[in-house]
Amino acid sequence: MSLVLNEDQVMLQQSARDFCREKAPVAVLRRIRDSKDPTGYPTELWQAMVELGWAGMAIPEAYGGFGFGYSGLGLVLEETGRTLVPTPLVSTVLLSATLINIAGSEAQKLEMLPDIVNGETIIALALEETAIHNPLHIELKAVKTGSGYILNGQKDFVLDAHVADQFIVVARTEGETGRQDGISLFMVDANSVGVDVQRLNMVDSRNAGNISFVDVEVPDDALLGEENRGWPALCRTLDIGRIGLAAEMLGGVQEVFERTVEYLKQRSQFGVPIGAFQALQHRAAIMYSEIELCKSLVLKALHELDRGDEAEDIPALASMCKAKLSEVYMLVSNEGIQMHGGIGMTDEFDIGFFLKRARVAQQTLGDASFHRDRYASLRGF
Amino acid sequence: MHDLETFRAETRAWLEANCPASMRTPMPEDETVWGGRNAEFRNPDSKVWLERMADKGWTTPTWPQEYGGGGLDKAQSLILAEEMQRIRARPPLVSFGISMLGPVLLEMATHEQKLEHIPKIVRGEVRWCQGYSEPGAGSDLAGLGTKAILDGDDYIINGSKIWTSYADQADWIFCLVRTDFEAPKHSGISFILFDMASPGVSTKPIKLISGNSVFCETFFDDVRVPAGNLVGRLNDGWTIAKRLLQHERTMISGFGLSSGRNNRGGLADNLAETAMLYRGDIVELSDPVLRDQIAQFRIDSEAFALTSQRSAQEAKQSRGPNATSSMLKNYGCELNKRRYELALQAAGTQALGWESLTEDGSDFDQQELAVARQWLRSKGNSIEGGTYEVQLNVIAKRVLGLPDMTAMVGHGAGQKSAGGGKRVDSAKAAEA
Repeated sequence: MSLVLNEDQVMLQQSARDFCREKAPVAVLRRIRDSKDPTGYPTELWQAMVELGWAGMAIPEAYGGFGFGYSGLGLVLEETGRTLVPTPLVSTVLLSATLINIAGSEAQKLEMLPDIVNGETIIALALEETAIHNPLHIELKAVKTGSGYILNGQKDFVLDAHVADQFIVVARTEGETGRQDGISLFMVDANSVGVDVQRLNMVDSRNAGNISFVDVEVPDDALLGEENRGWPALCRTLDIGRIGLAAEMLGGVQEVFERTVEYLKQRSQFGVPIGAFQALQHRAAIMYSEIELCKSLVLKALHELDRGDEAEDIPALASMCKAKLSEVYMLVSNEGIQMHGGIGMTDEFDIGFFLKRARVAQQTLGDASFHRDRYASLRGF
Repeated sequence: MHDLETFRAETRAWLEANCPASMRTPMPEDETVWGGRNAEFRNPDSKVWLERMADKGWTTPTWPQEYGGGGLDKAQSLILAEEMQRIRARPPLVSFGISMLGPVLLEMATHEQKLEHIPKIVRGEVRWCQGYSEPGAGSDLAGLGTKAILDGDDYIINGSKIWTSYADQADWIFCLVRTDFEAPKHSGISFILFDMASPGVSTKPIKLISGNSVFCETFFDDVRVPAGNLVGRLNDGWTIAKRLLQHERTMISGFGLSSGRNNRGGLADNLAETAMLYRGDIVELSDPVLRDQIAQFRIDSEAFALTSQRSAQEAKQSRGPNATSSMLKNYGCELNKRRYELALQAAGTQALGWESLTEDGSDFDQQELAVARQWLRSKGNSIEGGTYEVQLNVIAKRVLGLPDMTAMVGHGAGQKSAGGGKRVDSAKAAEA
């Protein structure tokens, strides 16, 4: 099994890197934050990314996508992680398109996936109900009526909630909270009566929101997949999401690390570059080693996802990726601040943006301890 | 591709016909075949297996046939490894000649030197040891002081080495000696080979915290060595020394690689199983902290195994071991140390027995006693082959390009090194 990129992938990586460096540097995120941009992401830049094919990376060609697979999407996510440009890539392309592709009917896929590829729609996954990632804690209720369902409940920390055209709502149609059976998935228009979105201002300046659903009516064909049987598709989607998010985090980790090592070479104290001090050299070398492990895990997991039906061990790989990247992003973002000293504490300097993004990304779809616990269960202890 | 398929079929058939049945079982530590003039074969099949493999050159599959090697290309050697793995064949021979000296001789020795030494390494006829560290030259290896002074056609060698693995059982030594006493310390070292049976060589095993004695002190008292045994150019031994250290690190990082597998049957192999066994747990490990630590350890082990694979694939694109060997060595050693610390936690006081005082092992069984000794042994992993700290120096300077403090402050200080050379910078030793 190859753990090195092929020629096409190297080219994609290079073009994504060039685009992000030139068009979407960290300054873009800063501008979005400082101008209190109502959309929370750079809409023209997003259209340019769509034109580069980024929204259709992992979507099958039958639905207008480009068949670069998750390895391709992962490379793009990694580059956006290096410059922290906020886009609907995670909410819409990584999570929602994947879930629609796995759970949706042929008609639903034909209706929604091409619109995602063309950048014409933003779809957000409304999953969490607690501050701690817990995909089985689903209390939002969907009750069957004559012509459809009525939804009542609350969703928290929904990525891109306030700019989404539609939500995929994870609801309980049967059974108790904590059970896999009885979970169903619904497509809900954002402007439906009874939907109220409360935008959140998170430390990483990326879009998220809380949504309340009060007597929201949806038709029967809003159901994505089978009633009560939404869990397997959701579970697979979350694993793919964790791997994709780990790829984004890998970009951030490498960027912080490279900027920090560069600073160690530039900054002089006591008449020498501070990078000459062993106390800093050894910590940098430890980070380097950890990052090498992160790269291997992400490469392997993305590669495995693209083996389709032959993919093996995806749940464990997803948990390994998310656990390891969460640990290492925390380490590297903390060291990034410390090694930059006072200037690292200033808002004017970029390094703090990575620290903030790291913590939100760590919590999204499960933190290190969630995934070590899950990994242990998967491995039988 | 067709040729490779033929090669695979032939290899499979040959292995089926020639690998004795007992060589397809897990290898107890004491049946490891090290070769040498006084080789002992606890299992007679080991000798048969070694001879058959050596006849084909498959103890060293990729070395040139000219010197007795297998002459296989990378793809073929991979197939051989896969086919051996398929029947769980034991390695026919393990030696420092194969893992460290041979690759360096092939790269840097004369044709005559290769003809003399390589075939004996391939056949396991000569067991080698490594004369590097000295009492005064550990991490600062280039500060070594063992002297070689030319006398006619011979060098006269005086000095001592320490931590020489298995020196008491070795036939020959590859040794770093000082041949120029005025030059800067890195520029006065030569790489020389000699027979441990030479008059004036003596060894003394060192008892370790594990109770074992794998390392020795080695003394040279007017040892006479033909000048033709010097490898490479005079005073250019540091280049060879560094190259060899890269091979050594690659070998040691293998300790951690096996951390990802569970095939040795000891208490440290499946930590979770051990921990559950000693707690009487059935479904889930009842100590949540230990469970989390084992999960973290295993994730790191799996990631490390993948990184070793990736590094090997990347090395194919360049040539030979690269700077990442330092990183792999370090991570592998730290994983191995973590493994044994977790094993002690997993089995509690039953993993802390020194020896059994009963006939039937009702106090401590063999596995429990083994894990205690292996735990103690593992502490050396981050010292031998360049300490953990030295490897971090190598990564910082060679991979990350961070500046060298010792070069900045030590330059021109003019201190004498142990060997008499100018001490320019001690961290240069780290650049191996």
